Amino acid sequence: MASRAVSLKPEPGAVTDREGQLASRDNLALGIGLLFLLAYPALDTLLGRTRLGAMEGIMVYVILAMGLNIVVGYAGLLDLGYAAFFAIGAYTMGFLTSPASYFVKQGWIPELFTSKWGFWPALAVSWVVAAIFGVLLGTPTLRLRGDYLAIVTLGFGEIVPNFFRNAAGVTGGISGINRVGVPYLPEIMGFRIHFSASTQRNWYYLMVFIGLLSLLMIRRLYNSRLGRTWAAMREDEIAAASMGVNLVKTKLWAFALGASFAGFAGSIYASAFTIVSPDQFEFSVSITILAMVILGGLGNVYGVIVGAILIGSFDRILAEELTKPLNSFGDAIGVGWLANHSVTSDRFLVFGLALVLMMLFRPAGLFPSARRKAEMQPEDEATLRHENIQLYDTLESDEPAAGSRV
Amino acid sequence: MDISQLTQYLIIGLADGALIALIALGYTLVYGVVELINFAHGEIFMMGAFFATTLITWIGVTRDSSAPAILVTALLGLVGAMAFSAILNFSIDRVAYRRLRNAPRLAPLIAAIGFSFILQNIGIYWHGSNAFSPPSIIPTKYVRYNILVEWFGLDTKIRVRPLDIAVLAVTIPLLIGLSWFVYRTRTGKAMRATAQDREAAALMGIDINRAIGVAFILGGSLAGAAGMVALYYNNSARFQMGFRYGLFAFTAAVLGGIGNLNGAVLGGFIIGIIWSLSDGYMKTFVSGWGAQWTPSVIFGVLVIMMIFKPTGLLGEHTSDKV
Repeated sequence: MASRAVSLKPEPGAVTDREGQLASRDNLALGIGLLFLLAYPALDTLLGRTRLGAMEGIMVYVILAMGLNIVVGYAGLLDLGYAAFFAIGAYTMGFLTSPASYFVKQGWIPELFTSKWGFWPALAVSWVVAAIFGVLLGTPTLRLRGDYLAIVTLGFGEIVPNFFRNAAGVTGGISGINRVGVPYLPEIMGFRIHFSASTQRNWYYLMVFIGLLSLLMIRRLYNSRLGRTWAAMREDEIAAASMGVNLVKTKLWAFALGASFAGFAGSIYASAFTIVSPDQFEFSVSITILAMVILGGLGNVYGVIVGAILIGSFDRILAEELTKPLNSFGDAIGVGWLANHSVTSDRFLVFGLALVLMMLFRPAGLFPSARRKAEMQPEDEATLRHENIQLYDTLESDEPAAGSRV
Repeated sequence: MDISQLTQYLIIGLADGALIALIALGYTLVYGVVELINFAHGEIFMMGAFFATTLITWIGVTRDSSAPAILVTALLGLVGAMAFSAILNFSIDRVAYRRLRNAPRLAPLIAAIGFSFILQNIGIYWHGSNAFSPPSIIPTKYVRYNILVEWFGLDTKIRVRPLDIAVLAVTIPLLIGLSWFVYRTRTGKAMRATAQDREAAALMGIDINRAIGVAFILGGSLAGAAGMVALYYNNSARFQMGFRYGLFAFTAAVLGGIGNLNGAVLGGFIIGIIWSLSDGYMKTFVSGWGAQWTPSVIFGVLVIMMIFKPTGLLGEHTSDKV
């Protein structure tokens, strides 16, 4: 089925895409969001909440969602095994920096990684290793069509944690690797930032920092030549190829760069929780991240961040917070199962509903990028008729000029 | 190599394979007609098993009841599960996939993933999040009964249980029935026409939505039957059972050539045998390795198949639509 023809007249909204040129209103929203993120630890103390740990998890989700957005949103390749790269990043950090790791015990790891400074080089290595695995897993799937690709990535997403679980001699099996290295910063003017289990605020800021760094990189990517070839490929592979886009290279870059951010997220996650174990990377993680990307709006990195925060806060905070009022409400109206029901057990239902309802009613997401919105529009009868009328028209635009019909 | 052990694994593989074939047919039927990988199909299978559990518990027959009562109950469980899964599968198509017929291909796939999660969560509400055993209706005498020894008087270590026979006795008539339906009835013809070219079929006066609905009903009922059979064959069920079985069955459908009915059955038996051989022999390669590697082996088969021969063993080459 041919998707939309390339229009020569600039469509309103397509060029001044949200991500291309931020309107001042968007800048304001961005500033407020950033301010909130920076001020959150103070708010947390002020309100007597103890949710910083959960916020760390949400920030990891944000980085993951931004990374998956490159693969699914920008390049249009549905990846159902994204948690595999998350796992690879986390295990790389574990293998390099933990004294319990098999490779460290064998003495194969240079001291650079096992010293107190080890976190920083290991972070970079995780980023690269995840990208390499992105290419390795991406290469064999290049020839596949969209839905087949989804299933193969799902297969990889199952094989990778399965391998980490079963190859117990090297990976520590089901109990994983503990004592993963933590970041170290030198003393500056008698003041030193510690990273340990008791300094959640520092961890949180580190994650916000890495999230911002990722955002910056992803924005640059989107506006780059590579970003434009992704859009071209996503909209029509054949047209893109005939315009000289190297499909293989473009897809591999999407896989590699998408995976690399999961490597970031994985290594910080491993370090912050000082343990890596295979059950942190199940299929449901891949789908949770996919739900964030779809809810927020495929291809719009700010929408995706909002999606990640919405679903992440439901996952980590709201589900617990909602349980108590729901239970007392159930008590009050005398409904037994409501009184004992825990909202945390509804998570799959909520994510599943989010996916289904978004597909039915708002397939481009809550905050769609203008481009994606146009693509995800179903080709209903009106559009089809419209296209048929203009079958021989080379200049297709949304407002057909009176004289241009054949 | 121990021949009787190998034979035993092959028998287990055949029974597993029959189950997988039943589920794989559901994938292949739906894919053949609407080109949708019905990701929720594994959960439809799980729902069949759950419904059978509830129904049989409600009937209240136990292993000590009379033989006819047990047989009737088992049959009711089978038919009930088939009907339930069929209605469920049809309803999901009606509510969601049908509206997404003209949407980009990935939209219904993502909706199907969503339904898969929703159904899993419903499974948790229904029977809890732990594995459970079905109500026991198989008389104690027959649980460890070996047909080869008791009926044929053979002196052998190979064990063929009545359950193994029952799996095949349920599966094979269903396969024949399906084949008859698709190749010999008018509705089957409409389905095949729709699969070949939806628009042309519509122009010929075929009710496309009806043909697609029938594919979902057939696929669902086979999954329900598989659910009931798996329930007693494994003597356990869990809300996640659909995921593993579903992926194995999808692999089988791809292996045989997705969209091809015979291919799905062939693929099912091949995957079943790979499954039981991997369970049995993995430990001979490396000590400490065993059945836990089976999923990796089967997903490996899936990945290799997708990469080198995405059309499958029996599938025809279809060029990508532009």
